[in-house]
Amino acid sequence: MTKTPSSASPSLYEDKRIISMPVRYLINIVAIAVFMLIGNLIISEGIINRTYTTILLQVGVYIILAVSLNISTGYLGQLPLGHAGFMAVGAYVGALAWKAMPHGLGYMIIGLIVAGIAAGIVGIIIGIPALRLRGDYLAILTLGFGEIIRIIIINLPDITGGTPGLLNIPKYSNFNVIFIFVILTCYIIHTMMKSRHGRAILSIRENEIAAEACGINTTYYKVMAFSVSAALAGVAGCLYGGLQGSLFPSAFGFMDSINILVMVVLGGMGSMIGSVLAASVLTALPAMLQFLASYRMVIYSVLLILVMIFKPSGLMGTYDFSLTGLIEKAIIKIRGGSKNNAKEGQANE
Amino acid sequence: MLFFSQLINGLQLGSIYALVALGYSMVYGIILLLNFAHGDIIMVGGYIALLAITAGLPTYIAVPLSIIGCILLACIIDKVAYSPLRKAPRISLLITAIGVSLLLQNLAQLIFSAKSQPFPSSVVIPKGSVNIGGFAISYTALVTLVVAVVSMLLLTWLVQKSKMGKAMRAVSEDMGAAQLMGISVNSTISFTFAVGSALAGIGAILYCCRYPQVSPTMGSLLGLKAFVAAVLGGIGSIPGAMLGGFAIGLCEVLVTSLGGSAWTDAVVFAILIVVLLIKPTGFMGKAMSEKV
Amino acid sequence: MKKFLSIALVLVLIVGCFAACGNSKNPAASGTDVPETDETPAVSGETIKIGLLGNTTGDNSQYGIAVFNGAKLYIDEVNAAGGINGKLIEVVEYDEEGDSQKAITGYNSLVDSGVAGIIGSVLTAPTVAAVSVAYEDNMPMISASATASAVTYNEESDTVYSNMFRSCFIDPYQGEIMATFAKEELGAATAAVLVNSGSDYSVGVAAAFVETCNELGIEVVASENYAGSDTVDFASQLTNIAAKNPDVLLIPDYYNIIALVAEQAADAGLKTALLGVDGWDTVADYVTDLSLLDGAYYCAGYSTEDTSDAVQGFISNYEAKYGDTPNMFSAQAYDAAAIIVAAMTKVDTEAPELEVGSDEYRQAVVDAMKATDADFVTGHVTYDEYNNPQKTAAIIGFADGASSFWGNFGA
Repeated sequence: MTKTPSSASPSLYEDKRIISMPVRYLINIVAIAVFMLIGNLIISEGIINRTYTTILLQVGVYIILAVSLNISTGYLGQLPLGHAGFMAVGAYVGALAWKAMPHGLGYMIIGLIVAGIAAGIVGIIIGIPALRLRGDYLAILTLGFGEIIRIIIINLPDITGGTPGLLNIPKYSNFNVIFIFVILTCYIIHTMMKSRHGRAILSIRENEIAAEACGINTTYYKVMAFSVSAALAGVAGCLYGGLQGSLFPSAFGFMDSINILVMVVLGGMGSMIGSVLAASVLTALPAMLQFLASYRMVIYSVLLILVMIFKPSGLMGTYDFSLTGLIEKAIIKIRGGSKNNAKEGQANE
Repeated sequence: MLFFSQLINGLQLGSIYALVALGYSMVYGIILLLNFAHGDIIMVGGYIALLAITAGLPTYIAVPLSIIGCILLACIIDKVAYSPLRKAPRISLLITAIGVSLLLQNLAQLIFSAKSQPFPSSVVIPKGSVNIGGFAISYTALVTLVVAVVSMLLLTWLVQKSKMGKAMRAVSEDMGAAQLMGISVNSTISFTFAVGSALAGIGAILYCCRYPQVSPTMGSLLGLKAFVAAVLGGIGSIPGAMLGGFAIGLCEVLVTSLGGSAWTDAVVFAILIVVLLIKPTGFMGKAMSEKV
Repeated sequence: MKKFLSIALVLVLIVGCFAACGNSKNPAASGTDVPETDETPAVSGETIKIGLLGNTTGDNSQYGIAVFNGAKLYIDEVNAAGGINGKLIEVVEYDEEGDSQKAITGYNSLVDSGVAGIIGSVLTAPTVAAVSVAYEDNMPMISASATASAVTYNEESDTVYSNMFRSCFIDPYQGEIMATFAKEELGAATAAVLVNSGSDYSVGVAAAFVETCNELGIEVVASENYAGSDTVDFASQLTNIAAKNPDVLLIPDYYNIIALVAEQAADAGLKTALLGVDGWDTVADYVTDLSLLDGAYYCAGYSTEDTSDAVQGFISNYEAKYGDTPNMFSAQAYDAAAIIVAAMTKVDTEAPELEVGSDEYRQAVVDAMKATDADFVTGHVTYDEYNNPQKTAAIIGFADGASSFWGNFGA
């Protein structure tokens, strides 16, 4: 984690921007709207079948989980192994809130917000002690908390349904809801990382002591990043509940935290597009590779080892995708601008 | 009486945790890797012993065979999967270790099916018990305890007194400086893996005698608990791993015997968290000051 | 980048090779052998697809593989005899890895491939997840092994999943049977339970057992837990139970756990008679010394010692095909396949005009399954209002280091 990603400080290159900010927002909003329209069309017109529709929705949930874990792993440089625990908190709190309230769009949003807040609070409670420790100690501590959360869920059957599961959760999570929350999550993380807070978080990753020496309140920023990460995982958990209609504690074990971590590392730590891609591929893969039968998991683990050996920084490294950046690059090419400008444009979003 | 038999239960469970924790601790001490595959090496050791015994080999061949198998496997894993990543970010190494763990588990499932298979434990350690002061202790418990303590003493001697042990300590202190002093870093790391896995092999045999079954996932929970034990005792410290193992074993038994069997794991993790918060390096870990 | 691309290409090649040999080597993965047309009488070109949903990889894949094998054995037999009125049955498999999320994907994938009915899923959680979607489609579905009552009946919303059936016992039924058995046949006055708190199966059986014990006046003196199916140490729980010295101890879990408990019970000085449920099936192969289980009883859906033609014929056919003695899961899957195929045959005979997969066809198959009243390998099956099979339980007992069929017990 010694490489310095160039995406950290957009203000340095402000003057070189070809497309002005309002136009950038416009382009992005149009792109999002087009994507949403296409998504709705291909589902309602039956262009993709039910399998792919289901996978598409699951991919959305895992994208939120992966990009949210990327805050504490990729940007903050810590190694939490309890992300499924936060997901579980959000899933159960959200599901119970949904079940307690009447149906409706407003209630659905309240449920999601409650889930996010609950997971965020748990994130703060865990984060304050855990973030005093470093590296692997933090990993084992968060792992312990994750397991404790699961054991609490198992042992409170009157509230959570316990091992037999929590059933009859309203199935709110359709394509539009998940899509909007994926976009919202990415937007929140993106703007947070471009802000003063984001730069503070990055500086902690690069060198904690130096950051502290520069007057950055490291504990505050660490806990903040950690709890935002937890809150977004809680929202994802709530969406997961709305997608499944039932919740079982077995879905939030240690291996599930590991799966999310693998998505982040495989995609490239600190790369949002990497997390998005890895989450999509890894969620869709089991369904795509059914024909491999029992060799599937063996091949998956071999691939995981090989990618780590040959590309330890993950498939995308710290590269981040930007639509407007790409357009700028194209414009520069057409104008015959220098190669340098193009590179800087790409780094910005 | 009840207290005494629960104490024996706890010590026996603890000594198996301790043996596995020693392996974790050594590997972590030298390359700062949470070797998630350590539990699965135990699983492989269990299967080798099972195959050897069912093939009709006598115990005095089957047991060393399984230990050698564990050592070879660990060295191969180190060479193929870990050594190319010595300079890579630590998290990549961690994911690789998880990959190796998944690979071993899934290969075992492919070859032996996910079904657990009975282990002929009485061939290795005969059934029965000895009477000490009116209390019955089974042979298995006795052997487990003795082997665990002897292994720890041997390991302490190895690390503190032998030449290789000095090299190990030097490499864990400062890899670059050790290399400059003429220590072969790679072979020292391989040696550490070998010693850790030999302990895993011994742990596998004792584990299979106490819980006479082998299954592809038998190592994952054991590995996790042993890892917790290693962290609790102070990772990198040999007496610490031992202490941590016994502490976890006794604590699990204590919670269960007090009627909290549904919360056993939660209490174990809670104790770990409290200990880490009070003394972040565990019971016996050395605090290292950070270089600026 | 070029280097990486080339590696990626090589990997794709390797994956391809694996896939090619994977299909031929692995018996669980290959589809059923559709017999040559000239061997079978009056085979039309049409096929009817049946989906198999279950976990054939992962931690508990032994159950999924057993279920798939049992179901495929029956379907092969039907195909060899000419299929459903000349239409051959084609099996579509989906491995959901025991995960409830992948079970929903798998269910939808099977629907997309046009199955007329589904046998599955294997574990309870994925089945509960899948049935909530399947109920909306009214897809005929039968599970060979999901024993939780929530699989067919949603208590909270008071909905019976009318499309969902099963060929196994339900958890509460087994708990009631064993409590009644303890009272009536063993004369127990005190009882204890050792529960796997991470398993819905174990929790469900134990809850019903404790409730029935209270009704029958058996005092439950101890209730101990362990965390999950990967637990191996029960010494302290057993020591606790031994101190209370109950007449019977119920351990509702699978054979591998029972084998470990039996070994440790002796060390803990426990002399209580153990009681078990259908998960104990094949436990005799796992205990190193069967005399450890002396005095124990368990209820099962089927016993290999049953001498009836149906059971012995099934066992010999299974052994001929897979080279392995079938366990309870295979037998129940064989029956599950028989129940759904019988229903499809009935619909195909009585209403051939219905298009396979249409709403009317599905409803007709569901109705035919509900009306099931016939003998199968695991006994006579009829369905009650909650779509649970009404079967008698075979009680298997252990004495003098051997297991024997005690007799049938219960409704």
